[in-house]
Amino acid sequence: MTPFTLSEPQRHLEAQIRWQPVELAFWLATLLPFVFAPNYLVLASQIAITALFALSLDLILGYAGIVSLGHAAYFGFGSYTAGLIAKWGWGEPLTGLAAAAVAAGVLGYATSFIIARFRHLALIMITLGLGLLLAEAANSAGWLTGGADGLQGVRMWKLFGAFQFDLYGTTAYTYSLTILFLAFLLARRLINSPFGLALRGIRENAVRMPAIGAPSPAHIRKIYTIAAVMAGVAGGLLAQTTETVSLETLGFARSADVLVILILGGAGRLYGGLVGAIIYMVARDQFSGINPQYWYFWIGTLLIAVVLFLPNGVLGGLTRLMRLVRSAA
Amino acid sequence: MRKIFALASIVAVLAVTSAQAQQTIKIGVILAYSGQFADPSAQMDNGIKLYMKQYGDTVAGKKIELVRRDTGGIAPDIAKRLAQELIVRDNVDMLAGFALTPNALAAGDVSAQAKKFMVNMNAATAIITTKSPYMVRTSFTVPQLNQTLGAWAYKNAIRKAYTMVSDFGPGHDGEAAFHKGFRDAGGEIIGAARYPVANQDFSAFVQRAKDANADAIYIWTPGGPQPAAIGKALAERGIDSNKTKILGQGELTSEDALKNMGEAGLGIITAFHYDYNHQSSTNTAFVKSYKESFGRNPDMFSAGAFDGMHVIYEALKKTGGKTDGESLVEAAKGMEWESPRGPMAIDPATRDVVQTVYIRRVEKIGGQIVNVEFDKVENVKDPFKAAMKN
Repeated sequence: MTPFTLSEPQRHLEAQIRWQPVELAFWLATLLPFVFAPNYLVLASQIAITALFALSLDLILGYAGIVSLGHAAYFGFGSYTAGLIAKWGWGEPLTGLAAAAVAAGVLGYATSFIIARFRHLALIMITLGLGLLLAEAANSAGWLTGGADGLQGVRMWKLFGAFQFDLYGTTAYTYSLTILFLAFLLARRLINSPFGLALRGIRENAVRMPAIGAPSPAHIRKIYTIAAVMAGVAGGLLAQTTETVSLETLGFARSADVLVILILGGAGRLYGGLVGAIIYMVARDQFSGINPQYWYFWIGTLLIAVVLFLPNGVLGGLTRLMRLVRSAA
Repeated sequence: MRKIFALASIVAVLAVTSAQAQQTIKIGVILAYSGQFADPSAQMDNGIKLYMKQYGDTVAGKKIELVRRDTGGIAPDIAKRLAQELIVRDNVDMLAGFALTPNALAAGDVSAQAKKFMVNMNAATAIITTKSPYMVRTSFTVPQLNQTLGAWAYKNAIRKAYTMVSDFGPGHDGEAAFHKGFRDAGGEIIGAARYPVANQDFSAFVQRAKDANADAIYIWTPGGPQPAAIGKALAERGIDSNKTKILGQGELTSEDALKNMGEAGLGIITAFHYDYNHQSSTNTAFVKSYKESFGRNPDMFSAGAFDGMHVIYEALKKTGGKTDGESLVEAAKGMEWESPRGPMAIDPATRDVVQTVYIRRVEKIGGQIVNVEFDKVENVKDPFKAAMKN
């Protein structure tokens, strides 16, 4: 009797799923701000939220090849849901966040039927349109959303009844980082599953996938809904940690920013959005602190440099460097 | 020996700098320095700079230091974060600036939580000052101008008015305030239109307003390219300013707007609190030094920031350099002074601005198209907060 051996694809998946030392180092490093930069925790919490949003875009853009210029729709929808629930007197953070996830998920599922029918350029137009529609709806529903002034009266209770959202952002960062980590675990599991492989197949050739038994539209609907849930959670986190929601959470600028962040870090890599968010937001914070008027010049320079020299994002560049070092050794 | 001397001098230098550090007062300035609202923010920054140039950078024996932060436009989440960071990271003693309402509202929370003095130098939505008991405002409020204009219109023989406003928050606020002022006085609103925020062609809206046969058409528009487009439509549709008065808030006929409108703007009547053409010796001196420093005329943004710095300086003088929110806001309450815009004060009850609302008409004087004040309502408080108390 021959011993049970793993087939080739199974072994490939197994190798992918193993935790690398560098990954552990990355997550340990996310705890460093508590010790070394306690005055930067507010920024750190917003980086974590942006990273979660970028991770959500990575799932659809980087893995399934769904180009979106309106991803902020789900972010903002989650934001308003979490904000409104708190405004209406239920300020408990975790249930509020769950509600944001459900609401964004429902919206994501509803729109996924349109998304699954189109590819490429048409998708850009459709996602852009959906985003603009929702933003305009929120603007006209001033009685509900507060319109251009933003949603007022959002008051959060203490987290677990014990930790208040403080000026230093300690609670905000702990909370956002924990949620980001949980969402990351989910995304990691998802991407390294056969479902994740099928998504990459769709990205490469959506027409061929059904021929090998993987229904593209169903897969796209599934991942799009999951990504919408994640974006909604990110939006909900922002609403809860800042106790404010504005029309900008639904705005085109936010959709564009997150796309830039993902490309900067490296699309189609689990850590792409995370690394991109860290680089972009820290650079933004530093440049705009030095020169509040013309800091966009430096951001622009940074982006052009990355695109020119690291076409696959910072992570893509790092991988190439590692390969060079290894082959040289 | 030399080493010890070097060490001693380093210690001495450190001691001196830390002593100096205690002698500085830091003001965190939050504005939209980049993006769509960069120009208004630059005008505000100029107002701040001019004040510090004229009155020095030392108050009550302490040096004033500005820490500037950019929100990049409407972004309450960023404004709130910047306010938090300015307080915990940069140790600022107070917050100032705020071109935009959502940003001011978000930072107001931080001011209340951290008990820091905050000077709102522009954002004009009425409720902003209720966000923090340590906040004062030195610009204006939307009801202050438009409700006053509504009441003024009825007093000046206008009985039926038609209104058209930009379809977003500030436009709705302007509409509501004008309606209230006009109706409370006894006037009748015979039609109200809202046009899209990004509207470019106003002929249809103006035609409808004309067909309504009102005594006056009230228009609320943000700055930018729209006033010129409205002026053009008014001229094209043949609105006769002797028969139908055109009313609006000052932005409709700002310096830039009038440049673009040209003669089409003649006869428009607006309510506003500041114009570079305001005739007073204080303002003449202000405009002159402003032009010398920055090569352009000051506007309402510059005036709001200039007066905001005045409140900060005078409050610091009163407290003798004490910077806790409680002392500063108490010192600011009830403060009265002669501003470039005329007499103004901080209402001790609401911490909001009290000032003269000028009624101006666009006229051509010496080949220049300018706003000419021909009537005024003195000592106007924010009517919104007065109504809230009842």
